[in-house]
Amino acid sequence: MSGDPITGAAILDQIAASRIEFVVSVPDITTSAGLLWPLVEDKRFRLIRVCKEDEGVSICAAMSVCDRRALLLIQYTGLLDSINALRSAGCEYKMPVCVMAGLLAKEPGVPPTQSKSFGLRIVEPILDAMKIPHALLEDAGDERSIRPAIDGAYASAYPTALLIGRQM
Amino acid sequence: MSAIQRDRCFEILAREVRDEIIVPVYQAAQEWHAIRPDYALTYYSIGAMGQASSCALGLALARPDKRVVVLDGDGSLLMNLGALVTIASQKPANLLHFLCENGMYEANGGHPIPGRDRVDFAAIARAAGYRRAETIDRLEDFEAKIPGLLREEGPVFVVLKLVPGAPPPQDYAFIHGAATRATFKAALKRG
Repeated sequence: MSGDPITGAAILDQIAASRIEFVVSVPDITTSAGLLWPLVEDKRFRLIRVCKEDEGVSICAAMSVCDRRALLLIQYTGLLDSINALRSAGCEYKMPVCVMAGLLAKEPGVPPTQSKSFGLRIVEPILDAMKIPHALLEDAGDERSIRPAIDGAYASAYPTALLIGRQM
Repeated sequence: MSAIQRDRCFEILAREVRDEIIVPVYQAAQEWHAIRPDYALTYYSIGAMGQASSCALGLALARPDKRVVVLDGDGSLLMNLGALVTIASQKPANLLHFLCENGMYEANGGHPIPGRDRVDFAAIARAAGYRRAETIDRLEDFEAKIPGLLREEGPVFVVLKLVPGAPPPQDYAFIHGAATRATFKAALKRG
């Protein structure tokens, strides 16, 4: 069962409400049209385009030490590629790296762990193994998870992952 | 071509720094710690190899009022070469990027890096878009240039051609310690 889709505008409002100043990104087709392109023009944020996702993990972590909030907007494949940086800076050094990752080609209404895609199926179990809290953003209203997740990451000094479950 | 001992180089740097943020990697981190254990504005980049330049960019963008000095390694930089392009595109005026080039993975058995003695790192940084890049291979040149480098508008990239000095003491407990990161954060808050 799939409800009305979540919108990029609703997500951006919640990111802003979470006091995120910097968005660090490698483009992802799941979030490109609905989120990243609108964000380029959104004066509430400074967009930092990086070449590879683990750069973004380190940038966000370092900014947190300066009491500046940042969000890493990437594709789930980039999240998988960044596990070592996330393990080190986020989990072992206890820094609040906030990741928003598009789940490329996830079937709407299907939990990631039940996707036909192997790559999608392993995302949440890996985050669980790293004790990184995660939330699925797919339907209208799911954006209400964003602010508590980001505030929680900064309060607990630990990463969080927000997973975008459908193309927008 | 001549070359410099890293510890001699860092001794000079240690005399010159005032309130810069220093971001050293691996063996450079051990050496820096041995020379300036009291320098609280040190952000040790160790634990995920290659990430120092990205950590430094985050610090430079978040604290434009502070100068950030990276003490990178050649093996480390090769693991995150795209960061040169990212840094150049962000143009942080407060970033000075030193590359300690010794041609080997010093922390991992001394194996040679790919392209040892062939890669021109300064040329790569220049092509990536750094405002300026140069190579220094004599200690007296480093000593003469360091005051200016610490004031120069960045991003600037400086290759230090190194030969091994005495192995630095290994103090992973300090460098990995939560107290060290807390000290850094407190020093940063003070200004």
